[in-house]
Amino acid sequence: MSPSYLAQDPTLADFGRDPWWLVLIKIVFAFAFGLLATLLGVWFERRVVGYMQVRPGPNQVGPFGLLQTLADGLKMAFKEDILPKAADKVVYFFAPTISVICAVTALSVVPFGPMVSIFGHHTPLQVTDVPVAVLVLLACSSMGVYGIVLGGWASGSTYPLLGGLRSSAQMISYEVAMGLSIVAVFMTAGTMSTSGIVAQQGHGTELTIFGNSIPAPGWYAILLLPSFIIFFISTVGETNRAPFDLPEAESELVAGFMTEYSSLKFALFMLSEYVAMVTMSAVTTTLFLGGWRAPWPITIWEGANSGWWPMLWFFGKVIALVFVFVWLRGTLPRLRYDQFMRFGWKVLLPINLVWILVLSGLRSIEDWDSRGKLIAVGIPAGILLVATLFWPNRRPQPKPTTQEQVDNRPYGSFPLPPMDLQVPPSPRITRVVAEREPANIATGSDSREV
Amino acid sequence: MTTSTVLAAAGDVSGGEEITFWILAPLALIGAIGMVAARNAVHSALWLVLTMLCLGVFYVLQAGPFIGMVQIIVYTGAIMMLFLFVLMLVGRDASDSLIETLRGQRVAAIVLGLGFAGLVGGALYRAMDGTTAVGLEQANAEGNVQGIARLLFTKYVFAFELTSALLITAAVGAMVLAHIERRKQDKVDQPSTMRARFAPGNYPGPKPGPGVFATSSSVATPARLPDGRLTERSTPDILPVRELTAQETSLKGTDQ
Repeated sequence: MSPSYLAQDPTLADFGRDPWWLVLIKIVFAFAFGLLATLLGVWFERRVVGYMQVRPGPNQVGPFGLLQTLADGLKMAFKEDILPKAADKVVYFFAPTISVICAVTALSVVPFGPMVSIFGHHTPLQVTDVPVAVLVLLACSSMGVYGIVLGGWASGSTYPLLGGLRSSAQMISYEVAMGLSIVAVFMTAGTMSTSGIVAQQGHGTELTIFGNSIPAPGWYAILLLPSFIIFFISTVGETNRAPFDLPEAESELVAGFMTEYSSLKFALFMLSEYVAMVTMSAVTTTLFLGGWRAPWPITIWEGANSGWWPMLWFFGKVIALVFVFVWLRGTLPRLRYDQFMRFGWKVLLPINLVWILVLSGLRSIEDWDSRGKLIAVGIPAGILLVATLFWPNRRPQPKPTTQEQVDNRPYGSFPLPPMDLQVPPSPRITRVVAEREPANIATGSDSREV
Repeated sequence: MTTSTVLAAAGDVSGGEEITFWILAPLALIGAIGMVAARNAVHSALWLVLTMLCLGVFYVLQAGPFIGMVQIIVYTGAIMMLFLFVLMLVGRDASDSLIETLRGQRVAAIVLGLGFAGLVGGALYRAMDGTTAVGLEQANAEGNVQGIARLLFTKYVFAFELTSALLITAAVGAMVLAHIERRKQDKVDQPSTMRARFAPGNYPGPKPGPGVFATSSSVATPARLPDGRLTERSTPDILPVRELTAQETSLKGTDQ
């Protein structure tokens, strides 16, 4: 690590010094990023799911169908806004805005890049940072639940209410697992500010293998693998995405909390869902995947982590995570509600607690390089976690043949037809054959024509 | 003024801090009054959320960002959400009735409340007037979070652990009261349900409706199984099973 490379890291002292127009530019940028991410995210999701289901997906409006979401959004804005008679009008109106505000606010503490120079001002590529920035993120996501719950309650009908109830229980449960996995990050980084956590992940130690020194990854996704896995699973639960999209399970609840919503209010809910997905990807990138820092092969190039380039790596990581979200949706069936709750409380939570205990125990051992012990324990713990998650329940037994099953039935069981039963053709069915004259074709040159 | 001294202690005073206070303080008060005045329980909860959010921002304003955020996450995000959860389970149309059961209680409550607020406010004003807040710089010397952590895990560790033990006892007690123990063998899963359904002696299909395959259309006439036997399961228990006699089933000759 060269000193110039480290000097790019913003510290907390670098924030709060921008002139007002720079703050405005940053806020507008973060907001525009959220909106654009939604526009492109919906398109991306539909295209990727289409590819996975061997169909083209939207490809008519604009190049590659890129403007499809814009067209849909315009259409939605011009639709009739329906206010149900039984709705609680004020709460019904405010619920979607709460969702959107919380989802967008979370973007303000996400670091997009290192210190850059904008119109002569040396400033970090991040709207703001506070000593408790990660708690701000948690607060935003926990306040975002209100939008969904109140939307479900204010609609004044049964399905939205059930969807709202489900989502409140779900998001509270998964927030606990999420908060606990962040605890490990706090313990390792020693700070709660997002820029500080990104900076901490840059200090990888050098590993010497066959004479070549390769920087060991400082990403917490590797050092704290169990936390990373649990955190990502909880973000899927927290953003109501498949396979955890129980609040809007269309086979059970029509559309869940947004059943009664239409027009722009529905669009706002849609917007908040996608912004939340992108925000959660950005947070996962920041906390576990090194933030805007380039991954190893790129860091051979000296200037990879300075200037405006890191924004590219950051967006690349975010898009990769959004792809995983879409991939999960395209692959996994929806969980049953009780299975989902059991998974959160009885699997994720205990594993997380044990892991935090192990981690704090390790950190209190003095005479061992902290990074070394984290790698030594984190990777086996992660492998163990994955193995427990995917461990088959019991050894598959050889399946008995049908005849064996029939023979093993106790006396007096429900009668079965003989296994070699041949159903005779019904005498009532007579074969209908069209009888007609051969076609009179004057020029019968083509033999295929009949 | 007490307000400005507290704000002055919170690091460098900017006009923004004072503006924030004077915007949010009325909002917090409106939330508190609305919480009491609202008829609908959910509206009450929402007013309380407003007050709690304002309080969270006040904490941040007074150089306690950690407690401010925890206020928002724990109280607003989790506890009020549980309140809402319960209120929704109760039903969305549950509103307070306006009938006064104790005569004059509303007036008495308002007078007492105002009196109490005046007492507390006056006492605070008399006590705090002219004092300057000191020690914030030392407390936040190594960071707000670190300062709180140091106090919690050194000086107040016993109280902290006792509080957590108390909370856990309460939670476990609530669970013990509400939990219904089910033994492992009492739980039936889907395969064993199906095995029991197709076991000998149990008819797996749906019950035939009364009168189906019967010699009459009376509900008292048992249905016939495919093999010709009568099945008593098709008739209500209070009706005796009766097969019609040949005379009863024969034509009465009324149609001639």
